[in-house]
Amino acid sequence: MTLTLEGVAKRVGAEQHLHPLSLELQAGSFNVLLGRTLAGKTTLMRLMAGLDKPTAGRVLENGKDVTGASVRHRDVAMVYQQFINYPAMTVYENIASPLRRQGKDKAEIDAQVRRTAAMLRIEPYLERLPAELSGGQQQRCAIARALVKGAGLLLLDEPLVNLDYKLREELRAELRDIFADGKTTVVYATTEPQEALVLGGNVTVLHEGQMLQTGATGDVFHTPASLACAQVFSDPPMNVMDAILTNDRVALSDGTSLPLSAHDRNLPAGPCRVGIRANHLTVLRRSERLVPIKGRVALSEISGSETFIHLRHGDTTLIAREEGVHSHPIGSDIQVYADPDRIFVFSTAGQLVAAPNWRRGALRNIA
Amino acid sequence: MDKVQDNRAWFLIIPVFLIVAFSAVIPLMTVVNYSVQEIFGPGQTFFVGTEWFEAVLTDERLHDALVRQIIYSLAVLAIEIPLGILIALGMPGGRSAKTSLTLVLLALPLLIPFNVVGTIWQIFGRGDIGLLGATFRAIGVDYNYTNNSLDAWLTVLVMDVWHWTSLVALLCYAGLQSIPPAFYQAAKIDGASKWAVFRYIQLPKMRGVLIIAVLLRFMDSFMIYTEPFVLTGGGPGNSTTFLSQYLTQMAVGQFDIGKAAAFSIVYFLIVLLFSFIFYTVITNSGSGEKK
Repeated sequence: MTLTLEGVAKRVGAEQHLHPLSLELQAGSFNVLLGRTLAGKTTLMRLMAGLDKPTAGRVLENGKDVTGASVRHRDVAMVYQQFINYPAMTVYENIASPLRRQGKDKAEIDAQVRRTAAMLRIEPYLERLPAELSGGQQQRCAIARALVKGAGLLLLDEPLVNLDYKLREELRAELRDIFADGKTTVVYATTEPQEALVLGGNVTVLHEGQMLQTGATGDVFHTPASLACAQVFSDPPMNVMDAILTNDRVALSDGTSLPLSAHDRNLPAGPCRVGIRANHLTVLRRSERLVPIKGRVALSEISGSETFIHLRHGDTTLIAREEGVHSHPIGSDIQVYADPDRIFVFSTAGQLVAAPNWRRGALRNIA
Repeated sequence: MDKVQDNRAWFLIIPVFLIVAFSAVIPLMTVVNYSVQEIFGPGQTFFVGTEWFEAVLTDERLHDALVRQIIYSLAVLAIEIPLGILIALGMPGGRSAKTSLTLVLLALPLLIPFNVVGTIWQIFGRGDIGLLGATFRAIGVDYNYTNNSLDAWLTVLVMDVWHWTSLVALLCYAGLQSIPPAFYQAAKIDGASKWAVFRYIQLPKMRGVLIIAVLLRFMDSFMIYTEPFVLTGGGPGNSTTFLSQYLTQMAVGQFDIGKAAAFSIVYFLIVLLFSFIFYTVITNSGSGEKK
């Protein structure tokens, strides 16, 4: 189904939970809602589902106005952060319940339940109760129940957040294939930029109840329209430094100068803010074009097989990512290398001035 | 590894041992001791073996009291549990003044001492000055709990419902409040009816508190003493003489200590048996429609 939101907003009392936003989700598309906690993801989803009525704007399903229509009359399925299954029904009955309500015949229900269960790899547990399953299996059961309904719109509200790291990775990879049937419009809310990138499709970035940007996930990631959007779409948050832009070079406060060779030409001169993601600030100098930046180690944390170094540089704290597990004594001097072809230039107001022209850059490297 | 041998650890359990001994083991064993003796007075006791148990198990009046008691307890459960659930479902949620008011109103009957409840209903049901009795008389219903067995029995039952349904309602309310709102949203999206929400979400989620409610109400009503004692004194005839009252008559009224002790033990075993049955049934039935 094609879902269109026209100037939809939600206000509760004096609080504006969601500022007016317009969005069009194509039939069969995969859409990620990316934003931190309290960004308005769940509020937006509830409006999409019809659980809440927007205080302004219209919601259209396939061009038909359904703004006031109750959720019962909408063609939606939803998966929640908590594992929601009927506690007294077996997994089989749980998955079969939407089909029974649709009045399908027994043989068809059985076939569909088994096919969906096989897809989500919970076939061996069909006769069990949800409480007898692990968290991951419970969520698979909830997803199966939502999928089997065959709704035109499938909403997933941070479905993996209550699972442990390993299960999350596993299910995330599977979800992409499961939703690739192309009939259902899927909306998937998450706080993790990583998850949005893995899942692909389109992304809509929300921040404090406002829509910052929407578009193909790759485009939004590589050309964030604003600093706020870039911050939400980077983990750890993008490093930001004040700088002066002149003759297509940026000069940092300590005099370090970075050439903007991968960016558009003839950028307006003046004060600006420079953003660089942690993975483009490295300890190893992989190439001659990398520019050294000096700092003092404030903290060094190990996450998985990576090390994140927090370093003081002038008045700001930068985060650099280093492959492998390393230790850096706190207070020691360190030199990290910034890739000038990967930096973003924002105006002092936070609007994007120049992003690395990554498509052109990629072509140039091949040539 | 060398084990340290130190028997001083036994001293640490002495307090618990003493408390349990004095509060439970010794009184219980005293009763067991009484139940196998014929007691004429202090120091004048004779061992009679299982004679008292035989007497108790063949006592006609006791059988009547037991049947009366079982019917009464089942009636109490059949009314209070569904009624309590209905009240809980109808209660306002959230943290509003309405919620607090409802909770306080519900808790009121629970705060009234048992004998006062009996007295309240004694007056309430009187035909001359009681609101209930006078109303019945005014509309021409022949109601008199002091000389009609059925009226007396029903009055005791209604009194118990009035006194204790709140407890079931409060327990169920607590159970309902613990259901995350996402369950209701999911049901709404599924298009589930109100009945389906109750049957497949609320009832299974209330299972734990319902077990407690059924057990509490069963045990309490099975041991009911004060209210009928105050209201009807067990009459008219024996129509409202329940087990505990019969037991008291036997022990304190007739001073039949040995028989009363044997009766106590049988009584205890009956309560235990019924509680076990209820517990097993509810625990298993709640865990699903497994084939």
